[in-house]
Amino acid sequence: MTPLRRIAQATEIMKPEDITTMQKLSIDDLEKITQKVRKRTLLSEGAGRAKVTVHMGTCGIAAGAGKVLTALEDAFKKNDVKGVILTTSGCAGMCCREPMITVELKGEAPVHYVGLSEENALQIFAEHVLEGKLVEEFALGVGHERFLGESVRVGAAAARSEEAEDVPDLLDVGFFGHQTLVALKNRGMIDPEEIDEYIARGGYRALAKALTQMTPEDIVNQVTISGLRGRGGGGFPTGRKWASAAKATGRPKYIICNADEGDPGAYMDRSIIESDPHSVIEGMLLSGLGVGSIEGYVYIRAEYPLATSILRTAIRQAREYGLLGDNIFGTDFCFDLFIKQGAGAFVCGESSALRASIEGLPGEPTSKYDHATDKGLWEKPTVLNNVETFANVPIIIDKGGEWYASMGTETSKGTKVFSLVGNINNTGLIEVEMGTTLREIIYDIGGGIPNGKKFKAVQTGGPSGGCIPAEKLDMPVDFEQLKEAGSIMGSGGMIVMDEGTCVVNVAKYFIEFCNDESCGKCISCRDGSAALLNILERICDGKGQEEDIELMKDLCGTITDASLCGLGTSLANPVLSTLMYFGDEYIAHIRDKKCPAKICKPLFQYKVITDNCKKCGLCFTNCPSDAIIWKKKEVAEIIQEKCVKCGICVEVCKFGAVE
Amino acid sequence: MIKFTLDGKEFEVTKGTTILEVARGAGIKIPTLCYHEEMSPYGSCRLCLVEVIKRGWPSIQPACLYPAQEGIEVMTDSERVRKNRKILLELYLARSPDSEAIRELAREYGVRDTRFKLKETSNCILCGLCVRACEEISGRRAISFAHRGSKRAIQTPFGELAELCVGCKACAYVCPTRAIEIEEAD
Repeated sequence: MTPLRRIAQATEIMKPEDITTMQKLSIDDLEKITQKVRKRTLLSEGAGRAKVTVHMGTCGIAAGAGKVLTALEDAFKKNDVKGVILTTSGCAGMCCREPMITVELKGEAPVHYVGLSEENALQIFAEHVLEGKLVEEFALGVGHERFLGESVRVGAAAARSEEAEDVPDLLDVGFFGHQTLVALKNRGMIDPEEIDEYIARGGYRALAKALTQMTPEDIVNQVTISGLRGRGGGGFPTGRKWASAAKATGRPKYIICNADEGDPGAYMDRSIIESDPHSVIEGMLLSGLGVGSIEGYVYIRAEYPLATSILRTAIRQAREYGLLGDNIFGTDFCFDLFIKQGAGAFVCGESSALRASIEGLPGEPTSKYDHATDKGLWEKPTVLNNVETFANVPIIIDKGGEWYASMGTETSKGTKVFSLVGNINNTGLIEVEMGTTLREIIYDIGGGIPNGKKFKAVQTGGPSGGCIPAEKLDMPVDFEQLKEAGSIMGSGGMIVMDEGTCVVNVAKYFIEFCNDESCGKCISCRDGSAALLNILERICDGKGQEEDIELMKDLCGTITDASLCGLGTSLANPVLSTLMYFGDEYIAHIRDKKCPAKICKPLFQYKVITDNCKKCGLCFTNCPSDAIIWKKKEVAEIIQEKCVKCGICVEVCKFGAVE
Repeated sequence: MIKFTLDGKEFEVTKGTTILEVARGAGIKIPTLCYHEEMSPYGSCRLCLVEVIKRGWPSIQPACLYPAQEGIEVMTDSERVRKNRKILLELYLARSPDSEAIRELAREYGVRDTRFKLKETSNCILCGLCVRACEEISGRRAISFAHRGSKRAIQTPFGELAELCVGCKACAYVCPTRAIEIEEAD
């Protein structure tokens, strides 16, 4: 029995009979599958006269994509339509406008519809799919996103129906037009649960190329040339990591993919797995081939049930094709992949805690003075990379490291996926070239701040990152620039805050998060964050003292210096960066007992402006805590003791009489 | 053999020797709470931190875990070390205001009072010496860490009477803050 089968049997992940029934693929089969799939899915190849894709990422499903899909399925059955394909894909990126569907008619460019209810979807089915008339009301754009740096415009009239004239090209829609898809190259285009569709879009070609035309050194070299740096937050050069693991003498070697994404507001990894799981698997295979490993793990958080299930399906399908397992493509390369689910601890995204968790130990970081590439999982050489890092690898091997390095800035090459959330019009998953400015990301792609409010700050890098203020908006985003601004790249969460955000409150939120997620080993992190939280709570309650600022700085210094792992050493960043850029707001809380953003409830009162009050009583009727006294033809009055500061009176008053 | 400097003096030690071992051997005092020479080092109390300059880059490291490395310069009492140690002792005072051992240690390093407040206080500083004594000395695993963050605690499995406990009292013996009480059962 080969070692791989022994592992499979021991872990009971694959049953022995599953292994014997595998139909192994040869490299030539990739082309055959591609032809078959193209005939089945591409309208231009005669697959049918129309194609409807429902985008079913977790975001889409939450917004009701499941209902839209069911409604469409029923309509398909009822109308007994022929020659129309109904299919699903992962998230199409614009999470704020879900549910989204894409409709393509033969000979025409695809039309992207957003913000649909079941009725809207049925209307589109009746008018666009059956009668060929575009429904302008819900159409966001026509055409394609920018893939791998190439823009394909839908220019010619032939490719656009008449009704489409008023609907912009997708590349002219700000949200899509400023993006360049590399890691997300298949988003919205393939069914993530169909390996054939990945193959038909060039999938597993990089692996075939690497196995037939490249040595393991070539693979590592190309990754080095590409300048790819770890996308999980550290930014360590991937090529250098792989080269050390390749050189390491220990056996066996392990490849681990870190999908324990836990930063508040970050969902890059989840989306990549949900829309294109095979790109991650292929990236891991290439890493295994490059460094000489036969076994990999994907450490994924249990809170991602859809991503886990999609990944499980993808691994099963890859095994069935012999793309995972022994003698891949008939060569002597063997590699298999296993899923390890996290149990809900944020700290398990930290490399040593993650390894401990896979080994079956408590997820607690340990001091390691050896490199993981020498002594990692079970003290063996280990490559640990993030989902997005692996997803970039196949295209690097396919198109060459230099192609990848042609994008980005001097020190940060390629593209980066960000999740754009918070007070922003276009919430969603974006991929931009490194060096794109924050202004471009927030205004051109994100569509600016809702409700005409002003931009205040953006938190990058999750709880370990920092708040970047408006004066830095023209800063190009790359690893070095963000660090210089007192933040970090992190895994790519971007939380946008408007003028109504209190930065002290934001800092308090992140410290509370870290205090909760600290493993509790080091006193500096465990009790340090608790003490810091205590000071911040005091300030937000209006009980802060002038010396609290110095005290926080002292404490932050020690939390950073004395803690063991990345969580502890970076947890003070939100406080330090807000102190640096918004120090006056802390002073306002402490000295003037005022919260300028009116968020910290103990620091402000609602008052009725007597001159403006029209004595209508709207505030009185709407107050949930009976804190307003009002009689007909009398000015309303707020009883401060009863007021819960919900702000409803301000919202309902038509005359601006409550402040 | 590995050559390095510790507080300005040259030392030559075998590979794998920690800074704390070298310092103790040389009579240099480094405070610790979670360290016991009969048990494996854990690195949770952070009091043994020292400043290490490696290839020109200074960093703060726990002496109980950090192995001596060729050419490094270690300072056990630099300004940065002293400042961090004082803040840590203030945190300890906030956590265990009633512990005589903590108060004495704090006094020794010039810390008389704490500026920090914690919601809950306890004599247990979660150093984990009891957990290691139970496992490594008594060969049992009757207690371990439970929960995380501020809720972290030392517990028997599921908080019930531990069948594995043989009543050897090793845990209470090694506890630096006398946070474990032994009750004689009938």
